[in-house]
Amino acid sequence: MENNIQHSDIYALAHHHRFQWEEAQQSYVILFPEGMVKLHGGAGEVIKRVNGKASVADIVADLKAAFPEAEGIEADIIGMFEMAVGKAWLRKIN
Amino acid sequence: MTQASLGESVVQKAIKNEKQVQAQNNGVAANITQTQPLWLLAEITYRCPLHCAFCYNPTDYDKHTHNELSTEQWIQALRDARKLGAIQLGISGGEPLLRDDIEEIVVEAHKLGYYSNLITSGVGLTEKRIQAFKEGGLDHIQLSMHDITEEINNFITNTKTFELKKKVAAMIKSHGYPMVLNVVIHRYNIGHMREILEMADALGADYIELANTQYYGWSLVNRNQLMPLKEQVDEAEKITNEFREKFGSKMKIFFVVPDYFSNRPKKCMNGWGEVFMIVTANGDVLPCHSARVLPGLEFPNVRENGLEWAWKESPAFNKYRGDDWMKEPCRTCPEKENDLGGCRCQAFLLSGDAESADPVCSLSPNHYLIEKAIEDSKNPVLASQPIIFRTDKNSKKYASGESTERIEEFHALP
Ligand code: SF4
Ligand code: SF4
Repeated sequence: MENNIQHSDIYALAHHHRFQWEEAQQSYVILFPEGMVKLHGGAGEVIKRVNGKASVADIVADLKAAFPEAEGIEADIIGMFEMAVGKAWLRKIN
Repeated sequence: MTQASLGESVVQKAIKNEKQVQAQNNGVAANITQTQPLWLLAEITYRCPLHCAFCYNPTDYDKHTHNELSTEQWIQALRDARKLGAIQLGISGGEPLLRDDIEEIVVEAHKLGYYSNLITSGVGLTEKRIQAFKEGGLDHIQLSMHDITEEINNFITNTKTFELKKKVAAMIKSHGYPMVLNVVIHRYNIGHMREILEMADALGADYIELANTQYYGWSLVNRNQLMPLKEQVDEAEKITNEFREKFGSKMKIFFVVPDYFSNRPKKCMNGWGEVFMIVTANGDVLPCHSARVLPGLEFPNVRENGLEWAWKESPAFNKYRGDDWMKEPCRTCPEKENDLGGCRCQAFLLSGDAESADPVCSLSPNHYLIEKAIEDSKNPVLASQPIIFRTDKNSKKYASGESTERIEEFHALP
């Protein structure tokens, strides 16, 4: 399934999914019925900013500002959105 | 309770295949573990109003029904496991709703930050209780369903619970819970896959797990009665794939492959002492549901040592971590990291050697045992023996040694 992510898209966490920081794992996780995923630093930073209000463009801009030394992260961020939507961790609001 | 929690497949799939998702340290840490128990399974009681023919609870469960942990002990276990890193909590049994303190446990689980799941047959779920669960922060409810027909549901559970299950499903939905169904698949319902999936859709299921029977506990005793034909399993999988296509992500369908019909064993519990920690009704701490069948192992109990000791230090949890314990053909097998030699309990129950390759593996010298079991299940004389249902009476007979009916060939009480 191709998920065409547009910069103007707005996403929220899917229903019945929970995102939280786990001290013991030192990572962000997404929890859902019968499953969970541990997110890498970078992936966690993306999902953390998904709140049903910020657009993909907002999140890209915010991450670029937060990590000025990271080069070419935009493609990674879009890739992360594609995966998260494909996995149904996120739902499209707008 | 029903078997092979969805979690196993999901943890594996979600974690192994994704670049951006951190890999788990499966199968590497021997003895000194850096692993964390991500999943705490609380087998909170072995009492159950149902008598399922395929129940994986130990056949001698009856002896653990009189010494259950108290509410305070459970709450302490929840706290300790959370400190060790547990995030997912499964409250199962038996039928957990037979305890009247699930409400309190749920509240505590929520406070601690668990994602909590009640695994139930639905018997005992009332409006009042589900309301309390919702308010207390229970995250979801997994309901076991048995068939689309009243006859098979009632036959296989040895109860009249068909109408009740439908009512409970509606109740779960109306409280805004995701609908998570578990259907154990066996000879009596495998021909109804299409209807079962249609029923799931009609009930508004978000997730459905089609768990092919795995042979532990009562299902091992009833193996000849329950095992479907390979052709039926293939057909069932085909139908499942059709429905997957049709539903997309609207209804997620998990098909737990029956290991008897594959050439390679399952990576049991995602590795011994890697991800799952089970606390049983009487406080035993186990790396897998049926670990108590294994010889020469003393399992920790929450009444004696804490969970931290159990997970990190206890000889039982370290015994089969990693792959140091392996013998040939596993030791030098290029596939050993994929399956870690399969299930220790299955290896011991069937072959009498806990350290041998799971007999399911076609490379195992004991593979003939699986082939024989498949042949036996087709033998009309054996298959027509009556089911031995999971009842207190039958359990007492096995526990006391009064009966060894249909367990003589196994190397431990299933
Ligand atoms: S008898 Fe049935 S409902 Fe009860 S614990 Fe066993 S499988 Fe679950
Ligand atoms: S020989 Fe052992 S490690 Fe190799 S595939 Fe079979 S069970 Fe797995």
